[in-house]
Amino acid sequence: MRLLNERNIEDIALGAAVLGTGGGGDPYIGMLMARQAIRDYGAVELYTLDELDDDDLIVPTAMMGAPTVMVEKMPNGDDIINAFKSVGKYIGKPIRATMSIEAGGLNSVVPIYVAARLRIPLVDCDGMGRAFPELQMVTHTIAGIGATPMAMSDERGNTVLMETISNHWTERFARSVTVDMGAMAMIALYAATVGQLKTAAVLGTISQAERIGQTIRSARVTEEDPVNTVREAVGGYLIFKGKIADVQRRTEGGFARGDAFITGIDDYAGQQLQMSFQNENLIASIDGAPVVTVPDLIATLDIDTGEPITTEGLRYGFRVAIIAMPCAPQWRTPVGIALVGPRYFGYDMDYVPVEERCG
Amino acid sequence: MRIGIDVGGTNTDAVLMDGMSVLAFTKTPTTPNVSDGIVTALKQLIAASNLDVSKIDGVMIGTTHFTNAVVERKHLQPTAVIRLGLPATVCLPPMVDFPDDLRAAINGRYFLAHGGHEFDGREISPFAPDEIRRIASEIKAAGITAIAISSVFSPVNTSFEAQSAAIVRETIPDANITLSSTIGRIGLLERENAAILNACLRDLALRTVAGFKSALAEMQIAAPFYISQNDGTLMSADFASDYPVLTFASGPTNSMRGAAFLSGLKDAIVIDVGGTTTDVGILQRGFPRVAALAVQIGGVRTNFRMPDTLSIGLGGGSLVSADGHRVGPQSVGYEITRKALVFGGDTLTATDIAVAAGYAEVGDTSKVAGLDAALVSAAQDRIEELINNAVDRMKTSAAPMPVIAVGGGSILLKRPIVGASEVVMPPHFAVANAIGAAIAQIGGETDRIFSLAEMSRDQALATAKSEAIDKAVAAGADRDTVEIVEVEEVPLAYLPGNATRIMVKAVGDLKEA
Repeated sequence: MRLLNERNIEDIALGAAVLGTGGGGDPYIGMLMARQAIRDYGAVELYTLDELDDDDLIVPTAMMGAPTVMVEKMPNGDDIINAFKSVGKYIGKPIRATMSIEAGGLNSVVPIYVAARLRIPLVDCDGMGRAFPELQMVTHTIAGIGATPMAMSDERGNTVLMETISNHWTERFARSVTVDMGAMAMIALYAATVGQLKTAAVLGTISQAERIGQTIRSARVTEEDPVNTVREAVGGYLIFKGKIADVQRRTEGGFARGDAFITGIDDYAGQQLQMSFQNENLIASIDGAPVVTVPDLIATLDIDTGEPITTEGLRYGFRVAIIAMPCAPQWRTPVGIALVGPRYFGYDMDYVPVEERCG
Repeated sequence: MRIGIDVGGTNTDAVLMDGMSVLAFTKTPTTPNVSDGIVTALKQLIAASNLDVSKIDGVMIGTTHFTNAVVERKHLQPTAVIRLGLPATVCLPPMVDFPDDLRAAINGRYFLAHGGHEFDGREISPFAPDEIRRIASEIKAAGITAIAISSVFSPVNTSFEAQSAAIVRETIPDANITLSSTIGRIGLLERENAAILNACLRDLALRTVAGFKSALAEMQIAAPFYISQNDGTLMSADFASDYPVLTFASGPTNSMRGAAFLSGLKDAIVIDVGGTTTDVGILQRGFPRVAALAVQIGGVRTNFRMPDTLSIGLGGGSLVSADGHRVGPQSVGYEITRKALVFGGDTLTATDIAVAAGYAEVGDTSKVAGLDAALVSAAQDRIEELINNAVDRMKTSAAPMPVIAVGGGSILLKRPIVGASEVVMPPHFAVANAIGAAIAQIGGETDRIFSLAEMSRDQALATAKSEAIDKAVAAGADRDTVEIVEVEEVPLAYLPGNATRIMVKAVGDLKEA
């Protein structure tokens, strides 16, 4: 167990934006919530799963909805507490701790708010090791853990509890309720025991986000090559350096999809990288050949600062480095690839682990 | 004829322009009360050109006065914030991300009230007039008159902010109220922050604009005057005293717009070399490329669109180390005319290097005649390296681009620049800021969310465009000259009915009287 202070939270939020692979929502709002809660209620205890009992029950907490709404209609604070407590009440057992369901982006830090307010531990793991756009896309699903009972709460005091037959159905209902609640809802879901999480969750991801954030922050001071230090911190591969030549966006099924075209510089001069995204970066191809695909992680970094750039922030002229990281091993199973592989997102290609192409 | 004035932290520059030609220009020190410096500049300008002041059609003033006040935490007044959105937003109250010293400087206090809207226009909770009355009484009792009002999704529906302002005025008739919807875009905290900064600057703005007015009156100039704003367009003086925050980025914008005008180039890299820093920016179609990331002013995150400039510690006053290998970032600043070797001082500066290298004739050239040639050459190498790196970082493609060099320190730039197709040093480069102010246009902007379930994308775009054009005309633009200069569309994820956020900017020439 160790304590998370304000500085740790800022680092986690910064690193989570790298793991967000272009999506996951701007962690800024979540970082402010968590930071303020720590100022008001004290530091949060971060536990590894090994430090808890196998029977302990863990309920993740998160924000669901449109990132654009989250920066405008911010939560009340009681809403996410209501969601968390409702799941506990329904199950009828004490909940030992909360955790992040999505270590990439905003939801890396939102559970820290809950942990601080309720003075319960945060567990150092998550359900993705990155960010994904849909609710069933978590490693819990692969392990056969249901999303429900799931609670969704709004700032008015409404809470919707649901039981479903599959996580796909949960995603479907949850999306409708989110819209009614104002395109944003605070949620608690995927209750699981520590024993289950030891194989179902992606371990150590909060610490990983923190390490990445700390690396970016210290690279600002030491003037090291920040892209390379981030690459080392994530254990990934540099696949491209270039300038954004064009960004094409479209809305499909309520998702922001598009492609960015990046013209190579330095060692990559003469080549072009195409990045296809749906909220998150999905496929990176160089001169027409796929190099990295979902579920492996693809992050766009500012070449000078190493800071991550979201898909909404991609602009013509930016100088960027593209780095790729291997995804959590759970995603590389047949069930995992069916959930989040290239074909699920409409790309007719096989998933090839990044190490095989870039290693 | 037009007069353009740039009131900087160090110098007040003024230019007289007739159509596209510069008739006269002058540079004088900025004075603490601002208006004395303007009067001096105008006197010099009029003397230099034998100007009949009745021939002046307009005076355009650009100033960094308000930015400096926030950065230095000076001249800020106590401010109260009312936010409508309960029961939402409670966990992040107003000023939650302000630096402590700024919050203390404005004695910031806040009130949360019911109201606010959802993204689709529904009310979060009903507007409660009695609640606002109660808050207004508390603010009155505290003796505060500067008030910022924000409401959730006010860019979509402004009515709650406006109703609150009317109620507050019943209780506090002399209240200076800033509505967030009049300043910012989607993003409650950033928009609210901008409104708070604006509110706390209102007294200073009123005094400063009154000072501008009295300076012009003293010179018997009856022409209307305008203040230039962040995007390179103009606002009326009265509007500026209501919205000082809109001047925050006008300095670099004016400099880049002036560079575009002087060089005749619309797509280029602009290098503005001042006394202490060099700003590098990119012109696209005659306007500065804007930064994509949130911009911090005085430690506060806002969502203004500021020019994307890279600032490096190199200027005419930069200190040069004894071996010439280090140049800047320390600088003698405005004391250059006392401290540099060529001005009889004892400090080796970048200007001394430029003179020793024969790039320019400034001050007493004999004072640097004895400088070691290896030192001069090493310092030139370092300056070249700093400039090349900065240009390379800002360039948008490998293709060579023209470079426009402006600012008093641009005498440092005599060596070729890597990646530059040419280096243009236009006439009057030292007063590009004032020229940028003089040629500024009038703009209008719209930024809101459209539901493409209710209208086609083309209809939504057309609506947004006509709103922006109407706003530009309302602000004083000649409708015949207004054109759309920027359209940005961001489809919103996870929303039904293909909601999309559309931002449009329209710009036109100032309508002549």
